[in-house]
Amino acid sequence: MDSRSPLSPKEVVDEYFIENRTRLLEIAAFLDRLDRADAAYSSRDFRMQAFTEALAAISAGSGRLERIQLLLSDPTTEPLGALDRKSAFGAYDKGRKG
Amino acid sequence: MQYIDHHAHMVSRTTDDYQQMALTGCVAVTEPAFWAGWDRSGADGFDDYFRQLTEFEPARAAQYRIQHYTWMAMNPKEADDRELSRAVLARIPKFLDRPTVIGIGEIGLNRVTRNEIATYTEQVELAIAHGQMILIHTPHLEDKLKGTRISIDVLNSFPTIERERVMVDHAEEHTLPLILDQGYWAGLTLYPNTKVSAARAVDMIERFGPERICVAGACDWGPSDAIAVPRFIFEMRRRRHSEDLIRRVVFDNPVQFLSQSPKFKIRPRLAREGALA
Repeated sequence: MDSRSPLSPKEVVDEYFIENRTRLLEIAAFLDRLDRADAAYSSRDFRMQAFTEALAAISAGSGRLERIQLLLSDPTTEPLGALDRKSAFGAYDKGRKG
Repeated sequence: MQYIDHHAHMVSRTTDDYQQMALTGCVAVTEPAFWAGWDRSGADGFDDYFRQLTEFEPARAAQYRIQHYTWMAMNPKEADDRELSRAVLARIPKFLDRPTVIGIGEIGLNRVTRNEIATYTEQVELAIAHGQMILIHTPHLEDKLKGTRISIDVLNSFPTIERERVMVDHAEEHTLPLILDQGYWAGLTLYPNTKVSAARAVDMIERFGPERICVAGACDWGPSDAIAVPRFIFEMRRRRHSEDLIRRVVFDNPVQFLSQSPKFKIRPRLAREGALA
């Protein structure tokens, strides 16, 4: 299977630039909103720590998506001893106990 | 274009959704047993739910000329409760002979606890003992990779399992190769926020090819879309993919997988139909 997009590079940009420009601005607005609430908070929340690492990974060239998925994944291999909650957090808390 | 949504929790949807699905080409859905969004108070509630899945929903879908099939299971969100799980598993065999039950699912892990793994393992044993196909739920977000690995390890521990009769669902870019390389089918579920977008699903088809991959909406009681598969079709067209490739992903592949149950009545399209499309 040829894994290239059937679209030319220009067609990819023509099709997807505007919607991704919008997403970029949404991320920027989210971070500014958080700063207005408390600019120091990000460093104390494991989700935002992972988010900040993910933003850096976007600038690191191809393979971005899998790199970010791994950054946001639980790297451990042992099952939890007991159910802690029903829903996942969206990022792994490296400081969690057990 | 005709399509099949192999993962749709229609008990949570309105008849308007059935109508939208029918108007956009849906000819069949398969509905895995799932969590209601709150924990049931006992196993009797599952009896009623399984009756709803096997009696009420097929009739409701038929009004829109959609075939409705279902999977029986103790869902992963309640599977940590071992006592309840044992009671529910004991009730499942009596439903397996019903005409629209095509397998055991969705089984798997949620937060990847020891209890969830024990219940999941027992459900794989149940499926094998009754010659049933299997639909696997994989966990979301940070639990996806770890949960998928353990789910596959459990499956692979059964030497008699027929891998081509098992679909591992909710695959993403970092888990899709793990699933396909082991010989299982993979499902991509198109769902806002916690799963994959139509654009990423098309990316995965481009990167990994269409072999043993199906797409579904996984619509349920949460933010979700009953016509997510038609949006995937539109995204494929936006990328200039051929109608034949699109039809393979949304119709031929689910038919190939689901037809392994003798109860599934939709037959593969003839080659000449594809040529004429």
